[in-house]
Amino acid sequence: MLQKLNIGIVGFGCYIPKFRIKIEDIAAANNQNVELLKSALLISEKSVPNKDEDAVTIAVEAAKTAIARAELVPKALENDAKTEDNNSNESVNNFNKTKIGAIYMGSESHPYAVKSSASILGEALGIGNNFTAADLEFACKAGTAALQIVSGMVASGMIKYGLAIGADTSQGAPGDALEYSASAGGAAFIIGKSGKDNNGNEKTAANILYTLSKTTDTPDFWRRNTQKYPTHMGRFTGDEAYFKHVIETTQAMLNETGFKINDFDHVVFHQPNGKFPLSAAKTLGATKEQLKYGIVVHEIGNTYSGSCLLGLTNVLENALPNQRILLTSYGSGSGSDCFVIETTGLLPETQKIGKKLLNHLSNKVYVNYTQYRQMVEMIH
Amino acid sequence: MYRESPIIRWRRYPERYRLEGNKCTQCSKIYFPKAYLCECSSKKFEPHQLKPRGKILTYTEIKSSPEEFSEMTPYCVAIIELDEGPKITTQIADCDVSEIKIGDEVEMIFRKFLASGDEGIIHYGFKFKKVEENTSLNLKN
Repeated sequence: MLQKLNIGIVGFGCYIPKFRIKIEDIAAANNQNVELLKSALLISEKSVPNKDEDAVTIAVEAAKTAIARAELVPKALENDAKTEDNNSNESVNNFNKTKIGAIYMGSESHPYAVKSSASILGEALGIGNNFTAADLEFACKAGTAALQIVSGMVASGMIKYGLAIGADTSQGAPGDALEYSASAGGAAFIIGKSGKDNNGNEKTAANILYTLSKTTDTPDFWRRNTQKYPTHMGRFTGDEAYFKHVIETTQAMLNETGFKINDFDHVVFHQPNGKFPLSAAKTLGATKEQLKYGIVVHEIGNTYSGSCLLGLTNVLENALPNQRILLTSYGSGSGSDCFVIETTGLLPETQKIGKKLLNHLSNKVYVNYTQYRQMVEMIH
Repeated sequence: MYRESPIIRWRRYPERYRLEGNKCTQCSKIYFPKAYLCECSSKKFEPHQLKPRGKILTYTEIKSSPEEFSEMTPYCVAIIELDEGPKITTQIADCDVSEIKIGDEVEMIFRKFLASGDEGIIHYGFKFKKVEENTSLNLKN
């Protein structure tokens, strides 16, 4: 039986670059059948980072929204802090970003091979210097790996708050199948202890109840050091890679916790394209209604480490209090992390401020294929 | 290839990354960049985190740029007045210059400034972008 966690999401936010390219334009440049591609991928357009954007700038903007929302955490924390340290004269004003004790950022497009992205984030966000930090890589699941690490540190009491981020400016070689999906975006989560204060105020917008993972050595997708674009094994990335890990990990979570798939109001899977999460949901018995807010790939593309975390952000921006969310990531190489999350009565308050995923989706400018190549060549 | 000492940039991270200026402890006047002598003659200051919002006072499009910015060219540069008073020169990101107007509200965004070739340090810093309707970040700083 899995141990129930005592932690939750205090703040959350996302960022998606403003520019988009339509799948038609990429297909025309590569002389491919657009209708065939659209029906195979269920993606109509994807986000494109500007020349001055990278995984770090995306992560900073996502984290700013997460911090703004976390600042809404109620007086519960003030009361807690006074109880914990009666001798302190420190004025505790709810959540304080300088109390973030860890930053873990997952990405497969960290701007440096050697120099921490997370340290740049800490400086840009102005959280001070009293935090531990590291950059993570596990293909598309590095963001949920960050979420697990930070969750563990908060649950153990090592830190009071932690910031977990998944952000990417994904790579796809010109003409490759990945070129139609690899996009840019990211999501950030601030994790803190869950529960209520004496007045019944929730400390978190959503509680992470359980997490569980599966990992195998599967050669479905990789990028060697110094190589610009990844290599993948085509159809092998399906059954033996994505589906095996997503389905088995989700089933293991259901077995361990005793939940059934229809106990969840929202279900989110890693979304390398529009079809894979739909097929996984069908196999697991999840309905389209459960996927309503969790699939965001159609208009954004695959943001790699940000992919399912953008789905989770959209769910949190639309969910009601006391709803249950199932999240399963997938990272090539290969592994899946599964989470059971339950929203609280504080969620509607956090939904009132900050730029939502929907705002990012509606604020867009299309670029043509030449502009797109110039923009991504600058970054990769 | 353009190269600037990473150390010189590093000394200005609070200013470049977070828009940190300073405030006169005597008359409360806010400065950006940091001042060392206030117009009230005081030399006593405290760090001050400026609110990341302002309005465009004037702007221009740079079509012939210094070498280090050539890959971003053309780009828009504006003088903006921050909500707390200081006026600064900044790039306006993600914009079509034909859609920029004097008086437009702008907000700070963290962007890559330039990279010193393929081997050197990547310089990050603030730029500003137009505030889109109904999407205010409502951020405190």
